Amino acid sequence: MIRRHMLQAAGMNTGIPRWNGRIRTAISVSGAIALLAVIMLGSRLMGSEGLAVSLEERNMAPSPAHLFGTDWLGRDMLSRTVKGLALSIQVGLLGAACSTLIAAVMGLAAATLGRAADRCISWLIDVSLSVPHLVMLILIAFVCGGGMKGVAIGIMLTHWPSLARVVRAEALQLMSADFVLVSRKLGRSRMWIASRHLAPHIGPQLLVGFLMLFPHAVLHEAAITFLGLGMSPHQPAIGIILSESMRYLSTGMWWLAVFPGAGLLLAVWAFDRIGGHLRRLTDPGSVRL
Amino acid sequence: MLRLIAGFIGKKAIRLLTLLAAVSVISFALVNASPVDPVQAYIGADVMRVGPEQRAEIAAYWGLDRPFPERFLKWANALLHGDMGTSMIYREPVVKVIGERFLSSVWLMALAWTFSGVIGFAAGIAAAMRKDSWIDRLIKGFCYTLASTPAFWIGLLLMMLFSVWLGWLPVGLSVPAGVLADEVILLDRLRHLILPAVTLSVAGIAPIALHTRQKLADVLESDYILFARARGVSGLALIRRHGLRNIALPALTLQFASFGELFGGAVLAEQVFSYPGLGQATVEAGLRGDVPLLMGLVLCSTLFVFTGNTLADFLYRIVDPRMRAGKGMIR
Amino acid sequence: MTLLEVKDLSISFLHYAKGSRRDKTNVVDGLDLEVHEGEIVAVVGASGSGKSLLAHAVMGILPKNVLVSGDVSYKGERLDAARLKRYRGTEIALVPQSVAFLDPLMKVGEQLHAPADGREQAAERRTLFQKLKLSRQTEKLFPFQLSGGMARKVLFSTAAVARTRLIIADEPTPGMHESDVREALARFKSLAEKGCGVLLITHDIEAALRIADRIAVFYAGTAVEIARAEDFSGSGEQLRHPYTKALWRALPQNGFEPLKGAGQASGPAVELGCPFGSCCGSATGRCAEGKPEPRELRGGWVRCVHAS
Repeated sequence: MIRRHMLQAAGMNTGIPRWNGRIRTAISVSGAIALLAVIMLGSRLMGSEGLAVSLEERNMAPSPAHLFGTDWLGRDMLSRTVKGLALSIQVGLLGAACSTLIAAVMGLAAATLGRAADRCISWLIDVSLSVPHLVMLILIAFVCGGGMKGVAIGIMLTHWPSLARVVRAEALQLMSADFVLVSRKLGRSRMWIASRHLAPHIGPQLLVGFLMLFPHAVLHEAAITFLGLGMSPHQPAIGIILSESMRYLSTGMWWLAVFPGAGLLLAVWAFDRIGGHLRRLTDPGSVRL
Repeated sequence: MLRLIAGFIGKKAIRLLTLLAAVSVISFALVNASPVDPVQAYIGADVMRVGPEQRAEIAAYWGLDRPFPERFLKWANALLHGDMGTSMIYREPVVKVIGERFLSSVWLMALAWTFSGVIGFAAGIAAAMRKDSWIDRLIKGFCYTLASTPAFWIGLLLMMLFSVWLGWLPVGLSVPAGVLADEVILLDRLRHLILPAVTLSVAGIAPIALHTRQKLADVLESDYILFARARGVSGLALIRRHGLRNIALPALTLQFASFGELFGGAVLAEQVFSYPGLGQATVEAGLRGDVPLLMGLVLCSTLFVFTGNTLADFLYRIVDPRMRAGKGMIR
Repeated sequence: MTLLEVKDLSISFLHYAKGSRRDKTNVVDGLDLEVHEGEIVAVVGASGSGKSLLAHAVMGILPKNVLVSGDVSYKGERLDAARLKRYRGTEIALVPQSVAFLDPLMKVGEQLHAPADGREQAAERRTLFQKLKLSRQTEKLFPFQLSGGMARKVLFSTAAVARTRLIIADEPTPGMHESDVREALARFKSLAEKGCGVLLITHDIEAALRIADRIAVFYAGTAVEIARAEDFSGSGEQLRHPYTKALWRALPQNGFEPLKGAGQASGPAVELGCPFGSCCGSATGRCAEGKPEPRELRGGWVRCVHAS
């Protein structure tokens, strides 16, 4: 028994200086950031010639000239994928940032404005969580008449509740901390307390929350666009590319669906990893969305 | 015990009523603010053949010329009598459309729910039992990847693999095209159900597996497991005796609480495989501006999610002996 | 006959130090200990001095990130994985600290019944329950429904069956009423009288002295002295180690002298020299030269170069 313990521990021991958890975290986070930088920069630098229609080069399987192949109009799938990802990331960033802002305001308001406001906001959170995200997104996209606006507003309005709950709980805990109680006794206003005392403590939570929301936002953007309720067909969005590819699946043009989808998967996965690692580093186990 | 359950049901019923009322008001107001002209949506392709008088007639027929509060009250009143209006695209009562669609969706969702639950639970247990081994890393990596994978893309890949390349399974639709409904045999239905169900279950595996893994790993590090080991319980018996008992309830709770994601996933899977269920109806209603159907579906999906959450809550509060008997004693 | 023999046992943890480096902390260091049949050996020392780890090491239930070296033998045989499997829960039993060691979702009766138990043990436990004044109803309760005293009795009854030869009791008395302490100790005493070896781990030196035959005093992860119970008398002249003397004199009835170096006792073991050296009144240059080796002295055993 004792020997076994020694062996187990010794096994862990062999890799001590080079490959432990923290170094792996640092490596995977920088890798993920590099990937996203490549996507954003790539889409800037690539120009739009890859998106041009060229009928001589239609329906080509992946080759050195067109790594991801070409579609039925001869457009380069690599360019389309990178552009699509960049667009999805932008919409995701916008949606997730606004969602985080809403969550912060709602959470802080619930914690500072008294019982009635708290009840009201908590109820609003419950209501928002009780309609499936995708159904709500479809409804909002329909209300906005589709397009990028619809998607962005939809994501904004559907993703905040879970983070708002976290913020509210955290802020409520802070409200009963001594330094806040003293401030209240001194007659500081609620705004003052929320901005001076609560906001600095909530900051890291919000950053992590934002990073956790972002992948969801990107996936939902792609989904709603795929369903035909999001971005317009003229924009090079991943959802558009994939829904178009469905028509050509039976002809065996696998590259139309495989590469753009894999690209989306990789980008989402990268951000998800950053969020996950950062969460564990800042505060193990407290922010769970 | 019975009083506890009665109280629970009473509270939940009140919550459900307020929730449905709130969702109705909010979504009705939202839809009302839409720039999409419902008359236009109704007419669709016939736009050239419809004159202004006919448009006004159609608007009057649907009550679209009335002010908002009046329309809402009329709609809500009808709703209370079990009438959700008439679907514009299917030209049938919304209740009937939803009822039919629900029947085909419920099979899909139930199958996927069970699959993902069983597979995810088993994978989570396997990972936790061999924590930090290659099998744990494999399962964990797989789950993280799955969680970042768009469900509809999985559907596309499966369709490519099994329908186009291998030709084993049909491409879409829940019944073969051109066959009368009565002639569709069960086997055919099943064949058409497989791919959407697999797509939907793959999307649901990750959360339950990761949750079970974490939970069981915590349990295995707990004092009571130490003591059980000190008393000679080991290996699989340890998992059977103390592990499952402590992780089954939370896992089931989580699985019930995920009805929202299940519904969302069904929307995507049904769209990919043209499976005529609730999800596809939702997309159609959204795309073609079928307001009564969309409203009906929003309420229906809310009810669905609420059912899941209530069951989860029930398990948590009533079935767990600590919460049941220890009301107030613990937490 | 010697039941349990622990030789040169060391336990250390791996953990993250500053940055991404990993470090090792010794918690138990070079421990020697013996328990004979019918004997009660108490291990006393400050909280966190590694006493519970000793119990877990003997039972083979330490967590995975722990390094163990040294030898643990039972009845003269090395207690390896196979023997542990045979003896754990049958001849060797652990009485844990608290109700947290019971499965929260399993009824007490079901839980008392270990896989190795047969009808005989079940009948024994029923009698034991009566003796301990636990009603039959107790078996149908969940652990969270037990009161503190009931929980202790239940935990005790997991171990106290006839086939048990060696009991390791981890802090069985903290936070208990005086009468309960007396009752709990009496139970262990009666087991020892039936020939059972008892290793009693506690930070309560007074409780230990009431029933123990020998006392091992823990300091900074090792036993600095093993004394007979009767050595603890008067002003502690019979005691061998300065720390033991300080412990003895810190008791209210013996002068209540403040205990120096109490903090050290829970810290990591000092690398060089006598771990108690910095707090010891009689320390000299020799104490810093190396760790004192254990040696026999007046029927006991001590790790101090000055003891005589």
